[in-house]
Amino acid sequence: MTTVAVTVTALLAVAGGLTLTRVIRGPSILDRAVATDVLLAIIVAAIATEAAYSRDATALPVLVVLAVLGFVGSVSIARFATRRKSE
Amino acid sequence: MNPDQMTPAPPTEPPNPPLTRSARQRNQITAMVGLVTVWVLLWGTLSWANVIFGLVVAAILLAVFPLPPVTFAGRIHPIGMLRFWRRFLSDLVVASVQVAWLALRPRHVPRSAIIAVPMRVNTDLNLTLTAEALTLVPGSLILEADRATGTLFVHVIGVNSRDEVEQFRRGVYDLEARIVEAIGSPDELRRVRTIGYPNPPADLEGEPT
Amino acid sequence: MTLDAVLDIVAAVCLISGALLSLAAGVALVRFPDLLTRMHAAAKPQVLGLLLVLVGCGVRLRTGVDITTLVLVGVFQLATAPVAAHMIGRAGYPHEEIRTDLLLTDELAAHLDRLAGERDEARA
Repeated sequence: MTTVAVTVTALLAVAGGLTLTRVIRGPSILDRAVATDVLLAIIVAAIATEAAYSRDATALPVLVVLAVLGFVGSVSIARFATRRKSE
Repeated sequence: MNPDQMTPAPPTEPPNPPLTRSARQRNQITAMVGLVTVWVLLWGTLSWANVIFGLVVAAILLAVFPLPPVTFAGRIHPIGMLRFWRRFLSDLVVASVQVAWLALRPRHVPRSAIIAVPMRVNTDLNLTLTAEALTLVPGSLILEADRATGTLFVHVIGVNSRDEVEQFRRGVYDLEARIVEAIGSPDELRRVRTIGYPNPPADLEGEPT
Repeated sequence: MTLDAVLDIVAAVCLISGALLSLAAGVALVRFPDLLTRMHAAAKPQVLGLLLVLVGCGVRLRTGVDITTLVLVGVFQLATAPVAAHMIGRAGYPHEEIRTDLLLTDELAAHLDRLAGERDEARA
């Protein structure tokens, strides 16, 4: 299981790095919102992997909160961007 | 482009007919059951305390944030539902592999298209579910929905020709048919079966924009 | 081979394929040309990748309480990812840099033109 955990961690780390490049490069706020959403999903996957590796479910409620938070975050960014343009 | 060319399909039925009392009650019960289920799943154990407290929370939520009226026939067809989920899950896998392949393919910039698909069953429930499912199946992403005419505007990735666009449009109608077969009323089912594939909007044959 | 070992292998396969899909989503985010195509990456491989990781986690933990939590996360992801994508698509469509040269056809533009025309007529 350790090799699996290391592999998954490496893959997720590379994915997170690529996503961060998109967050930094933009170009628009919506691109960043999409990338942040993906980054959050990668974080959820990482926490779930940790829970699976150590067989310790303490962190699982965090996943529910993160899943809700990602949705609320991108929707509010989208609304903000729409309103700013119509002004 | 001449705006007259793309006249929308006339609304086939009033989009949201006023609900009868029993329909409203059924909607509330469905919403209650859903909310209590989420509550119990959140706590993780099925106990009377959880169920009763969940009912209280659900009642407060529904009183404070009343749901918009939904025209749900109140009947789920188990076989249609099963068929929909089986196809949906395999579609999700195909979709993910397709996007992954498009991303990893060297020196290739994917072409895409934005198409309008007027739905055959113009109800809020059908529009919502079709739009949700469309985003997760291969190649499509919901961009905008026009409630008055029941038209979905879909972004399609990885198409190379007009033929593929038309093929895709038929795919959207197939998806709608699967959803109606799973939860639709007999009336909606008949509509979907008799219409088949509606003709594409008139200006489709025009020049590409 | 015991059942535990088999389940662990299943969990490992789910975890690794989920991570691979996440990686594909990351690559897609960097390589795709515009906002709309990038949203495909956020909506599909990312959702399935996360679901696979959650399944792997559930198979490995194997306790009722944890599985219900994971189911909740998965259902939430399935229900909200399309809505978030739709909101962002709406906000971005006519304004942001969308590579129209890569579009085969754009029927939404025609629709918006028609709506604008109707609004002008109503005003006149």
